[in-house]
Amino acid sequence: MKRPELERPPLLEARDLSRLYGPGKGCEAIDFTLHRGEVLGIVGESGSGKSTLLRVLSGLERPDTGQVVYHARHEPGLERTGDDDTIDLYAIGEARRRALLRMEWGLVHQNPRDGLRLEVSAGANIGERLMALGERHYGQLRAAGQDWMGRVELDPQRIDDAPRTFSGGMQQRLQIARILVTRPNLVFMDEPTGGLDVSVQARLLDMLRTLVRELGLSVVLVTHDLAVARLLAHRLMVMRRGRVVEAGLTDQILDDPQHAYTQLLVSSVLTP
Amino acid sequence: MNAMTRPLLRVNGLGKTFVLHGQAGLSLDVMQGLSLTLSPGECQVLVGRSGIGKSTLLKMLYGSYRITRGYVSLHFDDGDLDLAELPAHAWHSLRRDVIGYVSQFLRCVPRVPAVEVVMEPLLMRGTDPDEARSKAERLLERLNLPQRLWELPPGTFSGGEQQRVNIARGVIGEHPLLLLDEPTASLDAANREVVVELIQAAKCRGVAMLGIFHDEDVRERVADRLLPLDDYMPRPGMDKGEIRRGEASQ
Repeated sequence: MKRPELERPPLLEARDLSRLYGPGKGCEAIDFTLHRGEVLGIVGESGSGKSTLLRVLSGLERPDTGQVVYHARHEPGLERTGDDDTIDLYAIGEARRRALLRMEWGLVHQNPRDGLRLEVSAGANIGERLMALGERHYGQLRAAGQDWMGRVELDPQRIDDAPRTFSGGMQQRLQIARILVTRPNLVFMDEPTGGLDVSVQARLLDMLRTLVRELGLSVVLVTHDLAVARLLAHRLMVMRRGRVVEAGLTDQILDDPQHAYTQLLVSSVLTP
Repeated sequence: MNAMTRPLLRVNGLGKTFVLHGQAGLSLDVMQGLSLTLSPGECQVLVGRSGIGKSTLLKMLYGSYRITRGYVSLHFDDGDLDLAELPAHAWHSLRRDVIGYVSQFLRCVPRVPAVEVVMEPLLMRGTDPDEARSKAERLLERLNLPQRLWELPPGTFSGGEQQRVNIARGVIGEHPLLLLDEPTASLDAANREVVVELIQAAKCRGVAMLGIFHDEDVRERVADRLLPLDDYMPRPGMDKGEIRRGEASQ
């Protein structure tokens, strides 16, 4: 038997990344590599800096120090600087950074209202990123809209309805369809099941697991919910007061936590 | 398998210490100096009283628990792999392709039907969904899980039914190394028999297996060798549960 190929190419790297609003507020000295096809969960309590880190990683907020390095896909499209298709996220211009987020990345907000355009139809929401990539054919945009509504378990008949008329869980699924329709290379998720009822959460989790597997998605997932992390993430980073206190395989972190804070976090979870 | 077969798994001087920070840095030594080799086509069974560290060993070999001391290596034709040194992301492929694990209890994902729970290890390798489904159905049929349950999520199943789903999920991938944590604990005689057959078939395919079986009859029939864990408890004779205080706390 041959040794299996265990290495995966890196997709995103944080190098000594800091963004502090005050002592212990924000994120500090963050180093990690996300590999292709991995779901990396960032867990910690509110105020631990995980959302700040996500904003910095996803190009929304410039770090005080350090680099975010993206290993782009080897396809024509965006202009590259530097060698071997790596992009230093905050060394490129604002316009290119925004284009990257629109064309190759996706950000799923905790509150779907932040990620959707509520006044236009569900179909238009799904079509928007495709149009940004150059798709202009009405029939194809509509077909993609219906296809993706089906994939996220929304009734395709409601393609012309405004998201405002959808429930919170439906809006969240629509937001996910809107992001994934362009097959982004990298997806950021901020508490994607956050504001949802438990029964709705279960459905969303199951759907996300399937999409991650089928599309081979690479994801950075921020959540305070360890059960969600267990179901979705391959690896975890535990944050406290802006720093990563422990990192490892998801089951390693949850079943054999090493750091005092992780032990406290894991042992504080209620299991019904 | 002939005697010339190189062991697939080598464990040397393995030890495990849990440090409980919430208990003033209480340090629990649960294993010390454990060594074993396991060859393709061989099934070894861990024995010893409850709490001796049988599941802990399997979890260390699967990467769920960190290795405190010692080394674990897997032998491949083109070189060995040291598991204690493996970066976290390397485990994803190793678990997908090489090391399989049947846990004691099924961890249910809400809403996912039993048959899809079983298919998942194949889907993760990119197997065609129809092929994966028919293989999963054949296994569930063999394990006598009533067909009306296949499309239902296993969350509400009985212990024995969940365990059969778990076994099917564990064996469907035909991993070269399979870790079995009491797969027959809540099964009736007929289904234990099926599991014994599955294990014997896996042996013939050259699968190396390390397992925990409390049922003596099953143990007799599947084990090529018994591995008593009592020898690897630290400081034999120490009372109060082998507990030392403070040593590893900071």
